[in-house]
Amino acid sequence: MPLTGDVDATSPRYLRDKYAIVGIGETDYMRGSGRTTRALATWAVRNAIEDAGLKPGDIDGMLSYQSGDSVFSPFVAGDLGIRLDFYMDVFGGGSSTEALVGMAMGVIEAGMCKTVVIFRAMNGYSQVRIGGTGVRAAAPVSGDMLHSRAYGWQSAGQMFSPTFMRHMHDYGTRPEQVAAVKAIHSEHASNNPKAHYKERVTVAEVLASRIICKPLHLLDCCVETDNANAIIVTGADRARDGRHPPVLIRGVVGRCNKPRMDMHYQHGPISTVAGRYARDILWPNSGVGPEDIDVTGSYDAFTFTTMLQLEDYGFCKKGEGGQYVSDGTIRLGGKRPNNTSGGHLCEGYTHGINMVIENVRQLRHDADDSCPAGADGKRRHSYDYREGGCRQARKAEVTANLGWAMPGTGSAMVMRRG
Amino acid sequence: MTIKAQYLGMPLDISELDGENLDYFRHCAEHQFHLQACTACGLLRYPPTTACPWCAAPGARWTAVEGSGTVHSYTEIHHAIQPAFRDHVPYLVLLVDLDAQKGSPSADEALRVGGNLATADGVLAPPELVRQVGIGTRVRMVFTDIAPGLALPQWTIDESARQPAAPWRYPQE
Repeated sequence: MPLTGDVDATSPRYLRDKYAIVGIGETDYMRGSGRTTRALATWAVRNAIEDAGLKPGDIDGMLSYQSGDSVFSPFVAGDLGIRLDFYMDVFGGGSSTEALVGMAMGVIEAGMCKTVVIFRAMNGYSQVRIGGTGVRAAAPVSGDMLHSRAYGWQSAGQMFSPTFMRHMHDYGTRPEQVAAVKAIHSEHASNNPKAHYKERVTVAEVLASRIICKPLHLLDCCVETDNANAIIVTGADRARDGRHPPVLIRGVVGRCNKPRMDMHYQHGPISTVAGRYARDILWPNSGVGPEDIDVTGSYDAFTFTTMLQLEDYGFCKKGEGGQYVSDGTIRLGGKRPNNTSGGHLCEGYTHGINMVIENVRQLRHDADDSCPAGADGKRRHSYDYREGGCRQARKAEVTANLGWAMPGTGSAMVMRRG
Repeated sequence: MTIKAQYLGMPLDISELDGENLDYFRHCAEHQFHLQACTACGLLRYPPTTACPWCAAPGARWTAVEGSGTVHSYTEIHHAIQPAFRDHVPYLVLLVDLDAQKGSPSADEALRVGGNLATADGVLAPPELVRQVGIGTRVRMVFTDIAPGLALPQWTIDESARQPAAPWRYPQE
């Protein structure tokens, strides 16, 4: 039967504020979980459903990302009695979260389902080591890896370091400037009861820690942990009935790349990262610019990744990232704090999703620090950022997450308080 | 034919299906450096690929290329991931701008070929050589023989080239 032309074939340029994150869930951040990734994922997804004030039956979509190191959606859904109208498990690490939020919006927009949970579960310390030792180092070297791993050029730190070194060469970036990222994130972590590393460290301690591969000292590198995280995405109309103030998604950019994704070093400047391209999608789609952002979540697999992204997304001029991350701007109480949970350097490593969770909490004005709760069950934040104190940013209306896969690939998302 | 070899305790495999890498490393085994030149636009490319990154044409001709260049960036590895590299730390991974086709087809592009700093006979360089090399060092290609049909291209200090007074090195030794 011929169909009538009832199709609106135009595509919206963006979906500002039409979708929201309504639930967040975490496990503990551990070294030695003693559990399967299936158990970790189920724990985190269950927490996210409870946080949202939903029932398992309200979830009809599921997305996850992994690198052959984790459970697939059907098992997690089955364990929680969820019948799915849509699911997809994708290959990916850092930068997946923001990209999957965009995909969740797309499948809901297409009418395929209504409420999507996104999870990442990993035993990144006790099973498949994220740093590349163990099973990853033992795998045969073949194909494209003959041009990298055969040279003992394998782990994330080893692969990214030519970018970091060239940035120091091109712009005079100094080791102590970049080490400030770890020192500041450790201050934030000291006010995060969940953080795996809560102890504050100084710039001098970062520089005195042993060299892993130049320019990275041990304390420039994030911590490998076992954990799972989950977030729930649904339409803004449904979000209004939730337990928390809705956190609206302003704009997303997913796995945007520099040229030559196969071997990005072929196309310079190699001291520039994918944010240089992603920013031309992120800011116009979100309708805001860097100056409008109150809190950032710039991926800190390494101290350098935080700096490079903040610079290439335009939070400072190109080449001035070292100054930006060391002058107090990114500290709680500063103009634009970054990774208020302590991030991957201190809280724990879940390939970027915990930094989205942290910014959701900031936008709810409900960071889970040690501040006492009032009669309504909500914390009374002191904004006293001394060790063991508050970690809620005073002004948190708009946030930006800058996800990192590698120098050539990144994702980003702007959220706002609804 | 599939190649299965061992190098520094690592299995190195090239599948019989991987024609581009078989050709690339076969030339290396003959101690010749060859890259694919696109039969449509003429540009050389690295690493081996099945189509031209600039014009998408599938055709390519293996072409002899001078193995000389300048260190564009590097990392000096003190904590090895693969167990057999632990006996060789610190070792350098170099990213080298080949002289051939540098700055083409755009100013930011170069054929950037990875490799370790090695001695002239293709053995991983000792610490006293590692300390001499940084961004700007002039290097030439040498080969590490591994198996029939497989040698790895490596880099050694080009003693015959004019070297920078002080190559850029990470400030903390």
